[in-house]
Amino acid sequence: MRIAIIDDSGLRATILEEGLREAGFEEIEIVPPHGAFVARLERMAPDVVLMNLGNANRDSLEEMLTVSRALARPIAMFVDQSDEGMIGAAIDAGVSAYVVDGLRKDRVKPVLDLAIRRFNAFSRLQTELDAARTELAERKTLDRAKAILMQSRGLSEPEAYALLRTTAMKQGRRIAEVAEALITAADLFGDGR
Amino acid sequence: MTPLSIAFLPLTDSAPLIVARERGFAEAEGIALTLVRDTSWATVRDRLVYGQVQCAHMLAPLAVAVTLGLSQAPCAIAAPFKLNDNGNALTLSAELAAALDPDPRNRVQDPVATAHDFAAAIGLHRRKPVIGIVHRYSSHALMLRYWLAYAGVNPDRDVTLRVLPPSLMVQALRLGEIDGFIAGEPWGSVAVAEGIGEIAAAGVNIWQRGVEKVLATRADWAEANADQLGQLLRALDRAAAWCDDPANREDVAALLARSDYVGQPAELIAQALAGRMPLMRGGEVIDLPDFLVFHRGAANFPWRSQALWIYSQFVRWGMVEPSADAERAAAGVFRSDLYRSALAGRGVAMPGASMKVEGSLANPLAAASHQGSLMLSPDRFFDGKSFDPQDISGYLHALKQS
Repeated sequence: MRIAIIDDSGLRATILEEGLREAGFEEIEIVPPHGAFVARLERMAPDVVLMNLGNANRDSLEEMLTVSRALARPIAMFVDQSDEGMIGAAIDAGVSAYVVDGLRKDRVKPVLDLAIRRFNAFSRLQTELDAARTELAERKTLDRAKAILMQSRGLSEPEAYALLRTTAMKQGRRIAEVAEALITAADLFGDGR
Repeated sequence: MTPLSIAFLPLTDSAPLIVARERGFAEAEGIALTLVRDTSWATVRDRLVYGQVQCAHMLAPLAVAVTLGLSQAPCAIAAPFKLNDNGNALTLSAELAAALDPDPRNRVQDPVATAHDFAAAIGLHRRKPVIGIVHRYSSHALMLRYWLAYAGVNPDRDVTLRVLPPSLMVQALRLGEIDGFIAGEPWGSVAVAEGIGEIAAAGVNIWQRGVEKVLATRADWAEANADQLGQLLRALDRAAAWCDDPANREDVAALLARSDYVGQPAELIAQALAGRMPLMRGGEVIDLPDFLVFHRGAANFPWRSQALWIYSQFVRWGMVEPSADAERAAAGVFRSDLYRSALAGRGVAMPGASMKVEGSLANPLAAASHQGSLMLSPDRFFDGKSFDPQDISGYLHALKQS
């Protein structure tokens, strides 16, 4: 079975492709939706096209799939219209699938199941990445705020940290917010670095 | 409180939904309204069809197309309420617009001459003009096709119609990927403000009361949840009236400008609300009082004849095989019966009929009404033709002859 993944997020497409290969699918192509991608799809003649539901280009892609001969016969939106639970899971996960009409349901279902799991895994990864990025940024902010306090008030690092923490507790704010405010103020006074 | 979710696209004509939520009209009817913003009509459609939302802000022709199963398995849609009439503009690159009347006001006010000028310009343009449309089954695409065909242009042969999401039109025009686009506001005004496009035609001057977005639900959901639907329609009726009131324009524009709604500058959004807009950057501001209509003239009433006009255009462009069944199914998408049962007895002007000859009114007309006073607004097509829903084949024949 030939599977095309239309995606311009490298990571999500890779995660999905890996999963499909592990499951034994071999003919997989990642097609970024730019340039002459429709011609590429036509040459590939996929049985299944997977794409991200949140892609703003979905109307354009659907139109191109409709007017081009990329998929041999008119496309069906989801594997089985009666399986609403699965369709709901696909929409929740952000998966949209286009399938060559007439392809057997039991052949497509594993692909869709896998796409749903991998899209969900990607979302979790994305959330974790975002959290890690925020944490890193906050740590940098905190370090800078401590440095400012140590320099301007001659405090040790533990003292600077303690001061930030007690201020945050008194104001009912997060330490990162207090640190941020301190840096802004220091910038305004011209001694932030 | 009844929870209800509605999917929408960031466009000025989503205003009644946003106002219903933000100005308390939904709450007053006992509805806890959640608005789900999407970036493509395909996703709005899928959310609705597969039950992730109960209702959607939807292109009227798309509601008909989904019911007829034109691009996916058929799903019966009910459109019990029109969210607006009009609101579209055709925006062209300066290069293409240069072939038209030099005065932008004349272009917009004389769509007959502009259609002929556009037809003449096609052969002289450096390539076959590429015009962005938001969807194959959009009011805009049908309007553009209607206007082009009047001047002898075959929209499937003489121009390239390319589907793009409204929010990406301006960028595509800037990059020269398209030579113009027809889309709902604020995108025409955004292109004008950035100096990369000129408004060459306004929907209101092609069809004075062009059917645009509808509130769409699944027909089976509407049947099973008549009470909730009634609450929602009453909230939307009040919200739409509120949107139409000039006193609320600034507030509506500011609401829509929020990044979780349309996310464009309030002053650009306000132009379409007021029907006062420049057609090119730094150009004269012109008045198009009915550029976008939310409520007046029974704008929310879903005339079955308007669903049939959409169907007639699908037949005209070979998008559907004509049949008595398809015609009946198309007419049945616009649910004037649900509108009536939700809003009867509440002082809402209520037409006595559910069908009318579209395009026959040159002047405002007091119409038969069960209650309230109903003034129907002029609804002419720019070519003077009228659409009799009882004689679709005769209408299509007449269009072919002209």
